[in-house]
Amino acid sequence: MGSDQLLFVGFGALALLGALAVVAQPNPVYSVIALIVSFFGLSGLYVLLESPFVAVVQIIIYAGAIMVLFLFVVMLLNATREDGSEWDRAHPYYRPGPMRLGAVLAVLFGVQMIWALTRTVGLGVGVGETRPAVESVRDVGRVLFTDYMFAFEVTSILILAAMVGAVVLARRREE
Amino acid sequence: MIPLSYYLVLSGALFAIGTAGVFLRRNIITLLLSVEIMLNAVNLTFVAFGRQQGVVDGQIITFFVMTVAAAEAAVGLGLVIALFRGRESLNPEAFTALKW
Repeated sequence: MGSDQLLFVGFGALALLGALAVVAQPNPVYSVIALIVSFFGLSGLYVLLESPFVAVVQIIIYAGAIMVLFLFVVMLLNATREDGSEWDRAHPYYRPGPMRLGAVLAVLFGVQMIWALTRTVGLGVGVGETRPAVESVRDVGRVLFTDYMFAFEVTSILILAAMVGAVVLARRREE
Repeated sequence: MIPLSYYLVLSGALFAIGTAGVFLRRNIITLLLSVEIMLNAVNLTFVAFGRQQGVVDGQIITFFVMTVAAAEAAVGLGLVIALFRGRESLNPEAFTALKW
């Protein structure tokens, strides 16, 4: 096994175990921190894929900004444990019939994924063996501000709407 | 060199974990975190395919996905705070105002 494979296994395991910890353990504070660990693993994978811009943005924006926002809200609400079952009630989808249908659909979907992955040509080729990487941030920026100009501008409107929406939603009603 | 299929399988596993989290957990904040896991699984696929094809578009779409994730986190957490104020609970089963 070369160093590439070792790094892939290491970072992939970090990402997977972090994601598993997010879902598996009950304390939301630890979930957020496990997700940050998972993001560091993903960032390492982006470095392996020779995309340093995405790797750095992953750490700065995701782990640094979005996850801190989550952590802030978790601590603000003092929700350090999962709520008890006092609100739980029998959902119509939890009856045996819908659950069996859902299990069949899940198995079918898994079979379909395996079928697609085994039948597609070219998946065994090593990533980056055939084409050179686009590594420089200059190239990323050039395409982002020319070909994707419209999408970039729409993004700014999306963020403005989200900002106004978040303020309106979280505001305390005076009545 | 690592085959492309490894990245796709890893991304699929991450996406499955995120989906399981959305369906299994009883905490709105963990639900939002599971959605973030799913978005990141898709990001990994975009970057892997972009690297395979030698184009920059995969990285740029990742940038847009991150923007949408940030907007979603802001609005989602605003909703969580507003909901928590009314019910003092984060269990999604507690919110039934729109159910009949």
